[in-house]
Amino acid sequence: MRFGVVRFPGSCDERDALLAADRVGEAELLWHADRDLHGVDAVVIPGGFSYGDYLRVGAIARFAPVMDSVLAFARDGGPVLGICNGFQVLCEAGVLPGTLLPNTSLRFVCRQVDVEVVNPDTAFTRACARGDLLSIPVKHTTGRFYAPEPLDEHQIVLRYAPGHNPNGSQDDIAGVRNAEGNVLGLMPHPEHAVDPLTGSADGLKLFESLALERAVAA
Amino acid sequence: MSAPSLPDQAARAVELGLTGDEYARIVVDLGREPNDVELAMFSLMWSEHCGYKHSRKLLRTLPTEGPRLVLGPGENAGAVDVGGGTAVAFKVESHNHPSAVEPFQGAATGVGGILRDVFAVGARPIAVLDSLRFGEPSSERSRYLFEGAVAGIGHYGNSIGVPTVGGEVYFEAPYEANCLVNAMCVGLASQERLIRSAAAGPGNLLVLLGASTGRDGIGGASVLASAELGEGDQLKRPSVQIGDPFAESELLECSLDLLDRDLLVALQDLGAAGLTSSASEMAEKGGVGADVDVARVPLREPGMAAWEIMISESQERMLCVVTPDRLDAVLAVCERWQVPATAIGEITDSGRLRVLDDGAVVADLPVPILVDCPLYDLEPDPPAAPPYPAPARTLDSADPGDALVALLESPNLASRLPVFEQYDPIVQSRTVRRPAQADAAVLVLDPAAGDGPAIAMSLDGNGRRVACHPRRGAAEAVYECAANLAAAGAEPLGLTNCLNFGNPEKPHVAWQLEQAVAGLAEACRALGVPVVGGNVSLYNESPDGPIYPSPIVGMVGELPEAARAGRLAFHRDGDAIALVGAFRPSLHGSELAKLRGAALATIPAPDPEAIRHAHTAVRDAVRHGRVRSAHDVAEGGLALALAESALAGGHGAEVDLPVLGDRDTTLFGEAFGAAFVVSGDAADLRSLPGAVVIGRVGGDGLRIAVGGEPALHRTLEELGHAFEAGLARLFS
Repeated sequence: MRFGVVRFPGSCDERDALLAADRVGEAELLWHADRDLHGVDAVVIPGGFSYGDYLRVGAIARFAPVMDSVLAFARDGGPVLGICNGFQVLCEAGVLPGTLLPNTSLRFVCRQVDVEVVNPDTAFTRACARGDLLSIPVKHTTGRFYAPEPLDEHQIVLRYAPGHNPNGSQDDIAGVRNAEGNVLGLMPHPEHAVDPLTGSADGLKLFESLALERAVAA
Repeated sequence: MSAPSLPDQAARAVELGLTGDEYARIVVDLGREPNDVELAMFSLMWSEHCGYKHSRKLLRTLPTEGPRLVLGPGENAGAVDVGGGTAVAFKVESHNHPSAVEPFQGAATGVGGILRDVFAVGARPIAVLDSLRFGEPSSERSRYLFEGAVAGIGHYGNSIGVPTVGGEVYFEAPYEANCLVNAMCVGLASQERLIRSAAAGPGNLLVLLGASTGRDGIGGASVLASAELGEGDQLKRPSVQIGDPFAESELLECSLDLLDRDLLVALQDLGAAGLTSSASEMAEKGGVGADVDVARVPLREPGMAAWEIMISESQERMLCVVTPDRLDAVLAVCERWQVPATAIGEITDSGRLRVLDDGAVVADLPVPILVDCPLYDLEPDPPAAPPYPAPARTLDSADPGDALVALLESPNLASRLPVFEQYDPIVQSRTVRRPAQADAAVLVLDPAAGDGPAIAMSLDGNGRRVACHPRRGAAEAVYECAANLAAAGAEPLGLTNCLNFGNPEKPHVAWQLEQAVAGLAEACRALGVPVVGGNVSLYNESPDGPIYPSPIVGMVGELPEAARAGRLAFHRDGDAIALVGAFRPSLHGSELAKLRGAALATIPAPDPEAIRHAHTAVRDAVRHGRVRSAHDVAEGGLALALAESALAGGHGAEVDLPVLGDRDTTLFGEAFGAAFVVSGDAADLRSLPGAVVIGRVGGDGLRIAVGGEPALHRTLEELGHAFEAGLARLFS
């Protein structure tokens, strides 16, 4: 399984995503100005503050040259995982439903939260069971999920466990997928929960699911 | 010389912060009057902030040698060897005065500045810690400064992908007019990549990297940082720099990329005094000269004068020396990172810093004259008593349970979670112990390895105790930092410090400074820890008087196995609890004394020998897994240490303390860095040198007796509520 991790100017968590992906496969960096995805099997758009969060979170990154290729890859059914800023970018690109608004606290919050797997039938949660609680950190200022129209229930993949919603997200939604199911965006950072040494290995399951998906497909 | 010299140049010099004598010395040294550009450059380079006029002689008394030292004081940051060809670079610096005028940008650019100091030596920043001081939170201004500074630190650190792993914040009336914002950065580098800032090679080019130059931060180091604050400070807002973490993140990656490709001869950040200090310091260290053409500096706004360009403190800029044959390669790397880069001058063999404006010479100064500012001897004179009024009394009850609740709820001791949650402590995947999990932050060196060597770091200081006895209080800060490391299982490798004091021209402040430096030196020697660098911030004084003398100490240590790093939380019901170390508490200078409104009074002398033994015992026990928790005893004494370990783990405790004085002294008396509360198997604890078993983990709350006499019993719920509310309520 070969993962490509996108780096935009201002990305922060790309090295963490590379380390996480390296645990279940191979990982390489995809440069924002380069349209070539180097034949990777899955794309991760990592967290950070792409283009300084200027204008609006994710608004500039979606126009980076690499995104044309990532969106084409997604249209062809390739798995794309957007984490935090990556989620924001995918919402801005119209690939995922809804949008991310400033936290109700209007402050940055970093906190280890419990996230419930509500849909294990995706390429990203295949290694989980319905109802699994994953301990994964969040860290963001703009993470309150909002969608004007009710989502198809199947599109809700992850929810904050009761009492763990850190940002006021609608219906405790922590992660959503596109209608086709090959693109997932989530605010929690699974790449920061891949080793018990640093607090939790629960997030590794998302990366393992992708590797499993690949094995099943092959 | 095309810039005109004005007849009232001496008067202008005084307006810019120089003294009449200093101006006279400049005229003698130059053999002529300086012109406007030159005067502006002198006013910055000879400011306290850049020149260390009142502190340099004292700083020379600090121990700076050690077997693990790689880079010592004088470089952008110091560094120590952590084995495997890796060095850890670190430094603490103040951004006090800007933060008092504009807390968000002041604190944000404080973080930006210290990050640049660390990557200027070729190290990748891996951690930031902050030390903050504000007036009492009953003051609206203090709450505003606190909230703004915390938001500013988060804004910069979070956005740039460097974790904020620790720090401290205290509230005391003497900081009302002068808040303190000190930031420490820790970085990692391969030892071969460490780069120095000495310019070399006449004919080599000076290349300016990063942001364009604007009018922000004009006179920051002289107007703001080297004078007392007073009325009209709002008018100084244009002297505060504006930060752009996005620009810095690309500048950081670009600088490290340039070093990886071995394209640079030297690298230096632009901090206080901007181009003037970076160019002159690089030239001075290399024993060369430099020509800088301000017409080639990319500007943010048109019409800037040469002197403005030379002293602007616009952020996110670096200066490097490049051989002419590598210029194209350097520019190509910068292009890839979208970092503007411009050759603005060259290294010469003249020994002079010449400023040109489109080829015309507008300043021409011998580098040594510009850099070697006058150094002053302090005129210390101890005051009859600490020159600070007693704190306002806020606790009347004599009941120990009430006192414990009041202490847990007090802004100085309440849970720091409401602050730490605003920072990202985990980016870069090295953080093994986050804030509030252990006494020190612990970062594994190789994040892919799953375990292995780690470093621990802590930043500490207690101005009230230094005010009580400058020499002992400053020494305590060193012992306290080392104790934090020991509780995490780490052995100190090096120390950085920031000396925050009032006006050194006043004899009692001079005395505080001299005594505190003596205390630091004494404690560093006792522990065998070298000082690798630091910073001095003086003139933290208002018409109401000076701040508490506040040496802030940052320490970095190592431990062999990250997975065994200590934790402070009680872990298991039934575990034994022991007190380790020769603990001789006193209520003088304590948090309880503050709540009771007691005047400052002399604190007891630390016992370095006993402290060393206690640290060794706890460090070894943590490293060998013989304790399940370790927490050093500091503010609030034994009762607070027990409450913190209990609350962190969600486990109660029952203890019977040995009599260490009267009841309150035993419970709440303080002595820093001397003792620890540990928990684990009773047999393991009894085998620890200097340990006394005092009770066990378990029960519904904290039950403490002193010498067999019940003293207090409170539920975890009540204690937890107080602990969590104390700081959270300060945020709007």
